[in-house]
Amino acid sequence: MFNTLAEIFSYEFMQNALLAGVLVSLVSGIIGTLVVLNRMVGISGGIAHAAYGGVGIASYFGFDPVLGAVLFSLLSSVTMGVAHRKLRERSDTMIGVMWAVGMATGIIFVSLTPGYRANLMSYLFGSILAVSKEDIWWMAGIALATVLFVALFYRQLLAISFDEEFATVRNLPVTVLSVLLLIMTGLTVVVAMRVVGLIMVIALLTIPSAIASMFFKEMRVIMLVAVGLGVVFISAGLVISFLSNLPAAAVIILLAGLVYFLAFVIKRILLKTKI
Amino acid sequence: MQAPTKSILRIEDMWAGYDGEAVLEDIQFEMFTGDYVGIIGPNGGGKTTLIKVILGLLPVMRGSVSVLGQSPVQARDRLGYVPQVSRTDRDFPISVWDVVRMGREKAGFFGVRSLSAQDKQAIERALGQADVLDLAKRSFNELSGGQRQRVLIARALATNPEILVLDEPTANVDGQSTARLYDLLAELNQSLSILLVSHDLMAISTHVKTIACVNRKMVYHNEKVLTQEMMDLGYECPVELLAHGVPHRVLAHHDHDHLSSNISHKQENNQDV
Repeated sequence: MFNTLAEIFSYEFMQNALLAGVLVSLVSGIIGTLVVLNRMVGISGGIAHAAYGGVGIASYFGFDPVLGAVLFSLLSSVTMGVAHRKLRERSDTMIGVMWAVGMATGIIFVSLTPGYRANLMSYLFGSILAVSKEDIWWMAGIALATVLFVALFYRQLLAISFDEEFATVRNLPVTVLSVLLLIMTGLTVVVAMRVVGLIMVIALLTIPSAIASMFFKEMRVIMLVAVGLGVVFISAGLVISFLSNLPAAAVIILLAGLVYFLAFVIKRILLKTKI
Repeated sequence: MQAPTKSILRIEDMWAGYDGEAVLEDIQFEMFTGDYVGIIGPNGGGKTTLIKVILGLLPVMRGSVSVLGQSPVQARDRLGYVPQVSRTDRDFPISVWDVVRMGREKAGFFGVRSLSAQDKQAIERALGQADVLDLAKRSFNELSGGQRQRVLIARALATNPEILVLDEPTANVDGQSTARLYDLLAELNQSLSILLVSHDLMAISTHVKTIACVNRKMVYHNEKVLTQEMMDLGYECPVELLAHGVPHRVLAHHDHDHLSSNISHKQENNQDV
């Protein structure tokens, strides 16, 4: 067993993948918890898909697709956030439209891009095994920014997530922090894109913190547990995918989904035996 | 009659609403230190809008609002806001202590500021005042409606407010807890001015000092609630009553037979007039 593991992680691409997995788990566990508590799951789905527009445009004009994804996800996250605040319930529709339009833009520009295009699919479905040392660096940068963001503003973020009106009446920086949270969500989407692809980003954002919040009652504990669960899902998924020769991203998400349903059932049973 | 002391809230010719459409029209209202005003009115009558204006969450379309001699936005951190329990997320993972601690968060940045001894004292005192000190370590989402409401009151008290502003404090709260809530508010009123909004006239009628009625327009005379009759009228805010203009006495010129059908489903108490 240990020999197999040692062998698997003796490859450099597996080491990079594992390192990327840890960084992604850190970012998505923390931001994902805030996304779930602030009911921004729809928005983050929209951000993820709209980001593909940036991937397409960047590759067409010969820039780094990651840069395109970053710009597009920041743009769409702030736009959707503003729409959400102004339109409330009706923002649903607008998020849906941006979701699809971003995707369509990406597909058109990708198809216009001359030459070899297969790697552009990796932004949709993930390519954790192709993560480079360079990728690790910017991922680490975003992970550091995330940790700083939450460490510095934890109390305010908690207050705003729980009761935005009260936070406003207390003159907490509600607007600034909401925009910052949207920006961090956009960056999280791009980091997670590298691992599981834009289409499955939502799963990585929501599943670990959803499981954690079934069993823990404090936001920071939920964040920590979500990070831990992310690391477990990604590293176990990597191993399974290596041994079975199945696509890593899909294995990771399936594993997470499976544990989610198990946790759901366990939680149910626990509730029943309590009563 | 209550002797008015210092004016703490003054609303003149105020119009407010959303998307250019007025929900409140031509509101006149004044409140003084020590007041305990209950604002009643039907759902959708503009009660919550009025609260949002007072808290500086919604700019007015016309007219003026002065809170503690300042604009609502300037003055809002001197108000203790108690929202409806149902507006808070039922499943939010947070302890009672952390909810009340929000009342001590300061404006500006950096949430790393640790709790000062003074903050800690204020939180404990607020928990004690609202009689939820024993729940401090519990999770907010496993409490009953009445308990959660008292925790939200404690959070408002932790801010050392000059006016307590409550939005529907008895919605989702059972009868016995409601009685307990009003006892608490009466006690707090000895040192605090209170403004309370409710659609439930019967429940608040016996507790508040003065009563106002909002249904697009407002009727308020800074008077002690006297009779059942007045409350019935106030609850319905009939149009012809408002058409008389303000100020006028709600009670004086009206019989209430045309309203009796509307009060039958109301609270059990106070039916024995």
